[in-house]
Amino acid sequence: MDKDLILELPTDLQSIEDAVDYVVARCDACERAASRLRFNFRVGLTEALSNAMLYGNGHDPSKRVMVEVRINKVMVTARVTDQGVGFDPALVPDPTTPDHLSDVGGRGLFLMKKLLDEVSFNDRGNSVTLVLRLDGDGVLEGGAQA
Amino acid sequence: MGFQVSQSGDVTLVEVEGQLIVGNRQELKQKVLEHLEEGDRKFVIDFSNTGYIDSSGLGVLVSLSKKIREQSGELRLSSLNEDLKTLFELTKLDTLFRIADDKAQALDGF
Repeated sequence: MDKDLILELPTDLQSIEDAVDYVVARCDACERAASRLRFNFRVGLTEALSNAMLYGNGHDPSKRVMVEVRINKVMVTARVTDQGVGFDPALVPDPTTPDHLSDVGGRGLFLMKKLLDEVSFNDRGNSVTLVLRLDGDGVLEGGAQA
Repeated sequence: MGFQVSQSGDVTLVEVEGQLIVGNRQELKQKVLEHLEEGDRKFVIDFSNTGYIDSSGLGVLVSLSKKIREQSGELRLSSLNEDLKTLFELTKLDTLFRIADDKAQALDGF
């Protein structure tokens, strides 16, 4: 049976950790993937929320971030939507290349793709959907092809 | 969640209590830069009590490492759990930092 959660967050970086903890604590079907939920999903969802607040909503405290989560026995899906104009994820460079290795920023999307099983964006680029499958418990068994 | 700062000889040891993420990265940056401005040049940041670090946390470590090197200092990291070691390997940041198994190893010969 699917469990649905909907959260509407302010653009407040201090709210991210509590929101991620809240979602993870409600995944009672996730024992089989406990370590991937604890690490991969936590980091991936943290990245999605911080990207939405920092870049999507541009720190604007009047804008909100919508988080829609669906949990079932097979997977956890989280869609994070901001109120920004969107961006083209194809334009984000690989942060592991020599030219970008010492960059301070630019690793968020890379980590989402590496840690989650699927990462997809809407056409506008202001909504990202993360999928973590619950059929394995090896950290980094995922690795989205995005 | 917070950061405990102590001295071990001429090394400034910062112990991260909890996660290092977008919500608290500036606090870490501020604490380390205060010590850098006071003349400290050797730093160890220890992650014995850290479950995860996000890209903002990684970014602040890169930024601090640059600023410390500019002052002819060095930043070492210690006590990464297996997940965090994998994170550094994935991002290739393990090639930018000297990473010790524990605090004692990080302090050894510093």
